[in-house]
Amino acid sequence: MNIDIKQYTRADFQSDQEVRWCPGCGDYTILASVQTFLAELGIEREKHVFISGIGCSSRFPYYMNTYGMHSIHGRAAAIASGVAAANPDLTVWVITGDGDALSIGGNHLIHALRRNINLKILLFNNQIYGLTKGQYSPTSEQGKRTKTSPMGSIDYPFNPVSLALGAEATFVARTLDMDRKHTAEILAAAAEHRGTAFIEFYQNCNVFNDKAFIELTSRDTRDDNRVYLDHGKPILFGADNEFGIRIGPTGAEIVEVSKVGIDSIQVHNAKDPEPGVAFALSRLSHGPHGPTPLGIFRDVERPVYEDLMVGQIEEAQAQKGTGDLADLLRSTGTWTTN
Amino acid sequence: MSSDTETDARPTPEKIDRVVIRFAGDSGDGMQLAGTQFTASSAMFGNDLATLPNFPSEIRAPAGTIAGVSSFQVHIADWDILTPGDHPDCLIAMNPAALKANLHDLKPGALIIVNVDAFNERNLAKAGYESNPLEDDSLRAYHVLTAPMEELTKKALAGTGVKGRAVLRSKNFFALGLMSWMYSRPLKPVEDWIVKKFGEDSPVAAANLAALHAGYNYGITAEGFHHTFEVEPAALPKGEYTNISGNIATAWGLIAGARAANLPLFLGSYPITPATSILEELAKQKHFGVKTFQAEDEIAGVGSAVGAAFAGNLAATTTSGPGLALKSETISLAFMLELPLVVIDVQRAGPSTGMPTKVEQSDLLFAMYGRHGEAPLPIVSIASPADAFSATMEAVRIATKFMTPVILLSDGYIANSSEPWKLPNVEDLPTFPVTLTTEPNDGDEFLPYARDPETLARPWAVPGTPGLEHRVGGLEKQDRTGNVAYEPENHQLMTELRAAKIDAIRRDIPPIKVHGDADSKILVLGWGSTFSAIRAGVLNARRNGRSVAHAQIRHLNPLPPDLGDVLEGREVILIPELNNGQFARMIRAEYLIAPRSYAKIQGEPFKADEIEEQLNEICREINS
Ligand SMILES: Cc1ncc(C[n+]2csc(CCOP(=O)(O)OP(=O)(O)O)c2C)c(N)n1
Ligand code: SF4
Ligand SMILES: [Mg+2]
Repeated sequence: MNIDIKQYTRADFQSDQEVRWCPGCGDYTILASVQTFLAELGIEREKHVFISGIGCSSRFPYYMNTYGMHSIHGRAAAIASGVAAANPDLTVWVITGDGDALSIGGNHLIHALRRNINLKILLFNNQIYGLTKGQYSPTSEQGKRTKTSPMGSIDYPFNPVSLALGAEATFVARTLDMDRKHTAEILAAAAEHRGTAFIEFYQNCNVFNDKAFIELTSRDTRDDNRVYLDHGKPILFGADNEFGIRIGPTGAEIVEVSKVGIDSIQVHNAKDPEPGVAFALSRLSHGPHGPTPLGIFRDVERPVYEDLMVGQIEEAQAQKGTGDLADLLRSTGTWTTN
Repeated sequence: MSSDTETDARPTPEKIDRVVIRFAGDSGDGMQLAGTQFTASSAMFGNDLATLPNFPSEIRAPAGTIAGVSSFQVHIADWDILTPGDHPDCLIAMNPAALKANLHDLKPGALIIVNVDAFNERNLAKAGYESNPLEDDSLRAYHVLTAPMEELTKKALAGTGVKGRAVLRSKNFFALGLMSWMYSRPLKPVEDWIVKKFGEDSPVAAANLAALHAGYNYGITAEGFHHTFEVEPAALPKGEYTNISGNIATAWGLIAGARAANLPLFLGSYPITPATSILEELAKQKHFGVKTFQAEDEIAGVGSAVGAAFAGNLAATTTSGPGLALKSETISLAFMLELPLVVIDVQRAGPSTGMPTKVEQSDLLFAMYGRHGEAPLPIVSIASPADAFSATMEAVRIATKFMTPVILLSDGYIANSSEPWKLPNVEDLPTFPVTLTTEPNDGDEFLPYARDPETLARPWAVPGTPGLEHRVGGLEKQDRTGNVAYEPENHQLMTELRAAKIDAIRRDIPPIKVHGDADSKILVLGWGSTFSAIRAGVLNARRNGRSVAHAQIRHLNPLPPDLGDVLEGREVILIPELNNGQFARMIRAEYLIAPRSYAKIQGEPFKADEIEEQLNEICREINS
């Protein structure tokens, strides 16, 4: 790491703007995790750019003392793609919500993922439209009663991790707002990854969708429901790691280790070039209800969009020299009158 | 292969000062190519010229039908011409549908050259002919010559290695060869092009060359083709010329504009007729460091451009009407962020999908007002293919000097038609280098919305610059600091400041050039691609003794500061537009006068005759 780089503290990444989320909102925790992480990361502060859409979560850039843009609803991934393509030296973060990324911005999200542009996409999934005060979102569970679904939502929800894997994202992870240690690990891996990194945060909206993730957070149930994925390790969970995941003919299944033996348990391979097993793991839970995988589903290498873009420019310049305007104007033939 | 045919004894051609030729055929017949190549060799020969391609909207309209007819018109002259011509003197019809679709446009007595092989029962029926017009005397008002183009192309290609159905693909080169004979065009430029395009040893090159020569030789030997014509080189002002189409000139204008601003160029775009070839052209020019991003839709096209602008690039996005509609929200964001951005709308006939390949100027009011909130934007228009280069540079200049998105209005006619362009000296082009902000502007602080007192532009500090970290966004912001602010007075102040900034551009607009009889009671006021027809119509009217003035407005918002003076004291202000009177409405609102709107909404440019006829009528009214 560059030794010239200033030693930062979390305060260096805090802007002078008052943070205005509801007290108790999960967004505070994620903000703190990101600021703390960036102070340790060792990339110059001026190289970070935070681009967000619209939503409670999308206020995030205002609170970061970095370059930032609070843009318009759904378009952050597209705008950030332009930032990253224009200047590949920057570290570009996208802050988005479940409505922002998956409803209005769904198209931009999947295309950013397939292109593998160097973006770190943090999706704050609270399974609700927070800013507009509590309508069901594309990740809300069927049957959810909200102001726009008084008899229960009839929309079938997206599973954001499945969606990202379906778009062949090269880095796909999931973490929990309040699990700061895990968040830090995931952020570090995402920062390390070249290409698009997609992180789904389960984020509690204590005002409009409180306890949506209670099965993963409450002391009584969390050990039975948090299934951590660690590359190279068998996928085990439960208070005493008594449960495990096996990939069977119909997909991922939960098994008791004592019954099937540790050798049948799937050893997690985030580097698998094919996304099939990662996809099967993402199907384990919906919601999140019951055992839910957290961690890095997929972390593979694929050429990065900006590298290819710059590569073509360099190749063209090697072949034709750097462009000369006078030559260009004459490139389709000329004649002279006198 | 050499063009020894050219040395053959040719009867002395009749010298003519101008001719309008239309190549017409099925969209698969390669008429655009034949027309373009005929144009290129005329350009090399030194004629002045103007072209007008016309394609069917459906790429695969049923072969042989009227809907499938594609044409390319070229006007060549030995003097300075402006328009592609109102009525062709000569039509090449590759099939009955091409004849039927174009006959009504021809001059009385025009020359018609037909590919007689295509005039069979099936094709006649598809074109809706009940009897064969070549036999039933219905064409007696014209001079008709026939050539068995398909049969002769087949014969010519024997031995080239090209076989089967591919053979007939060369028949456009037969037609081109024949026309080159008829109008005394050199074959060399076409031969060179064929070899360059298809490769010296390729069978396709051999086939096309063989067809080209066969067509030329047919002219020499066949009866009826011995009355040939020659248009001498034009006395254009001294200089070096190229034949340029509007979209290419626009693409080059972006490259030149970025160079003048000393910034890397970024284009975010999504393909749409008739704007696509700007994206295609820039994608070819990577060695200029141009980054082209073919986005997933128009919103991402302009979104990526806004991101690139934030990151310090000269950012542009290209589209046509439907795409402009999709971009509207993001353009408002760019306006709010006060970032430079060039939005190019190559207008086509709308609304909705409308007539994608046909011209219209109907996005003017959309460009003016098509955003939510108070969001005025500068608008620059392009008057002709050759004008596109400097108009685009002007849009870049305004965007970067004033830190604002600019809408540049082109249209489908400018996009695809071409004319000779006297090349500027690259060293003499305007420069307007951008200075990115690298230091705090308020003690130790950086205030992203502190403005230049004269231009009201805000500083442009880009990510990567240490110490100037700041946030921008779509929410209303406090004056100077840019922090989110909801105070009532601040919103009014900011709204007024943003409007005043656009107004400040007015001071930068050069005086209007009034052509013709400057003090005339009659002024024709135009904008955009109506330029050539208006200018030609006014010229003709003046030749016939009418007193008329003409002004073509490039800056549509803000309007030039001297426009009020130019309008003052006229009895009639005629505003011809390819829409339902949008500019006339703007002029009426701005100057409280009643201009006379001349609206044409047929997907086609004005003809010079139509403008002249309007002027004649106005003169009759005034004098009676
Ligand atoms: C074009 C547009 N449509 C609708 C809105 C209204 N709107 C703002 S945020 C939002 C949903 C936000 O939900 P989400 O993305 O999940 O963010 P959260 O507030 O939950 O963090 C909506 C519908 C808008 N600002 N712009
Ligand atoms: S509404 Fe919900 S998501 Fe928004 S700030 Fe309040 S708690 Fe957080
Ligand atoms: Mg939400």
